[in-house]
Amino acid sequence: MSTSLAELAARRDLLYMITWRGIRIKYKQSVMGMLWAILMPAVIVAAGVVVRYGFSLMAGTSLAPADVASVSVRAVPWAFFVSSVRFATTSLIANTDLVTKIYLPREIFPVAAMLSQLVDFGVASLVLLVVLTALGVGVSVQLLWVPVIVVILVVLTTGLGILLSAASLFFRDVKYLVEVVLTFAIFFTPVFYDARMFGRWAPALMLNPVAPILEGFSNVVVMHAAPPLPWLGYSAIVSLLTFVTALSVFHKLEPYFAESV
Amino acid sequence: MTDIALRLDGVYKKFRKGELYDSLRDLIPALAGRVLRGRRREALAPREFWALQDVTFGVRRGEAFGIIGANGAGKSTILKLLSGIMRPTRGTLQVNGRLSALIEVSAGFHPDLTGRENVFLNGTILGMTRAEIKQRFDAIVAFSGLEDFIDTPVKRYSSGMFARLGFSVAAHVEPDLLIVDEVLSVGDYLFQQKCLERMNEIMAGGATVIFVSHNLRAVSTLCARSLLLERGCVVELGPSNQVIRAYVTRGRESRALEPDRQIRITDVSLGPQGSSRVQFETGESLEITVVAAARTPHSDMSVVIAIADDNQYLVFDTCTQRLGAGPLALDAGETLRCTFKVQLRLAQGTYHVNAYLHRYVTDQPYERWLHAATFFVGGTPTVRGVAHLAPSLVHCEKHSLVGPLTASGAAPSAAAGGLVGEGVQEPAQRATNGIGEEHVADT
Repeated sequence: MSTSLAELAARRDLLYMITWRGIRIKYKQSVMGMLWAILMPAVIVAAGVVVRYGFSLMAGTSLAPADVASVSVRAVPWAFFVSSVRFATTSLIANTDLVTKIYLPREIFPVAAMLSQLVDFGVASLVLLVVLTALGVGVSVQLLWVPVIVVILVVLTTGLGILLSAASLFFRDVKYLVEVVLTFAIFFTPVFYDARMFGRWAPALMLNPVAPILEGFSNVVVMHAAPPLPWLGYSAIVSLLTFVTALSVFHKLEPYFAESV
Repeated sequence: MTDIALRLDGVYKKFRKGELYDSLRDLIPALAGRVLRGRRREALAPREFWALQDVTFGVRRGEAFGIIGANGAGKSTILKLLSGIMRPTRGTLQVNGRLSALIEVSAGFHPDLTGRENVFLNGTILGMTRAEIKQRFDAIVAFSGLEDFIDTPVKRYSSGMFARLGFSVAAHVEPDLLIVDEVLSVGDYLFQQKCLERMNEIMAGGATVIFVSHNLRAVSTLCARSLLLERGCVVELGPSNQVIRAYVTRGRESRALEPDRQIRITDVSLGPQGSSRVQFETGESLEITVVAAARTPHSDMSVVIAIADDNQYLVFDTCTQRLGAGPLALDAGETLRCTFKVQLRLAQGTYHVNAYLHRYVTDQPYERWLHAATFFVGGTPTVRGVAHLAPSLVHCEKHSLVGPLTASGAAPSAAAGGLVGEGVQEPAQRATNGIGEEHVADT
């Protein structure tokens, strides 16, 4: 694992260029340009607001600005997670030419896929900042948790991306499987709703390692409360394990990449 | 730092024919089978074959080393192992220093990006840092000759431009070890020359070069030592000339296995008699001996020999008929032995001998043997092309332009001497030549 990381560090210029290529290709010849970065989170927020409005109608209450803020704060990292995993899964297949013809550390492709989505995440976060201010969400010392939670999210996303990219190179099924799971994962993850709405079943939802991350964001940004610490710790451990396993599996399979494409 | 640039020791590589399992439905039964049978890496499964077997060789630092062999002999597999794209099934492989491969030089290009962007992208893919590329950018673009199109997306490039830019980037990597695989087929003639010069420059800079090619002439001029691969095995390793001779002779042996015909050319050999040389100098004489055997009577035959260059372009042909022999006839069981002698007024290069048995009257072939023999003409690199017209420099001197410019125009013979003088006479000569040709055609 340390050799993989050392190799990535040695080829950081390549990592930069592949990431840059990902961003450049996406926005070249597109009219909307960087607006695409906020389109997906915006759609998720809109869907979330509709769902939340339905909840409030049934409960006989009105839709609070904090609810909209909470959905927005969950939607942006969720969009990052989904597009990173989707993009990373196909990153090796999409670069077959390079994988089979030139030697380079192949971890670069899923990692660069994640990084180019991270840029979108940054752009969307800036817009989110404006939205939150408009909704009257203040600041508190709890915001210091945000970078910690972002790191956990990035580690988890990168680990999954690396693992799935290698897997999909050997089995095309993985790509479709990932599509299906990602499409419906939003129902199993507290994006539109809060985990605590489920009462005693909430822990079952929190087993999904993304759940504590999203709950954490919502807690620290919107509610100015501490993140669900034990669960966030669980999430951090799962993320780290995923990352380490992914790197070692990737490294073991790498010699067979060129023959298996 | 060791003196060895790379070393392969007992390297084996196994491949599988047919489809791999690439969906889970295929994998699960296969995995179950493997668990039950136990894991044997060394043995061949039913659809597997060895792409390389027990390959051992080393290349010293600064050496140029050639790898030759027919298609499918395993050349590309060796290169893929060397560059780290694949790993050997068995054996060890050691590469010292930064390696760069001029194999798929434009694999890293993205069609939507401009030439400039692709130079940076491909450069980092090939192992340069962005700072290095920035520093060499002008040289790369100048080498490619694409200054005017560097800000155009490469999807609008022609395939030649694409390859040129790719090669230009790769040629500026400054590796310790350079792998070259048939890149000399890139671009037009002038660009190919430029590539060869650049390769020589890289070699002069102390880099080790592994050169894989079907161009035997290029191998023999660039590389002191070579390796001949046949079906994954090393069959010859040593001085390039010796290895190339082995390659050429092996190619001929395979014909002996062809099914019987009524009449066939059984041997084409190059001499002076019995020498079986393949390397000649310009101006030497070469004897070509054709042996044919008939199983049934054949009459009205002539033997034709043709010499073609490496691009299959016909350089020369002649036949027994044109050289004054009458129709040849063979009875059943008889053999015919025919020796031609030619003067090799050829420029340096690789040439192939084709032999034919023709029907004397209709000029239809009974039997042909293309590439029956191959030989090389070495010698001075003063000429390029195919023919060696034995050039010499008659006159060449410098004039200063100090005097009035009209002076040189007014007195050409005084100013430029014999060369221009001949030039003035040229139209007249051409006219007489034209008449002369007509005259010849009449007789």
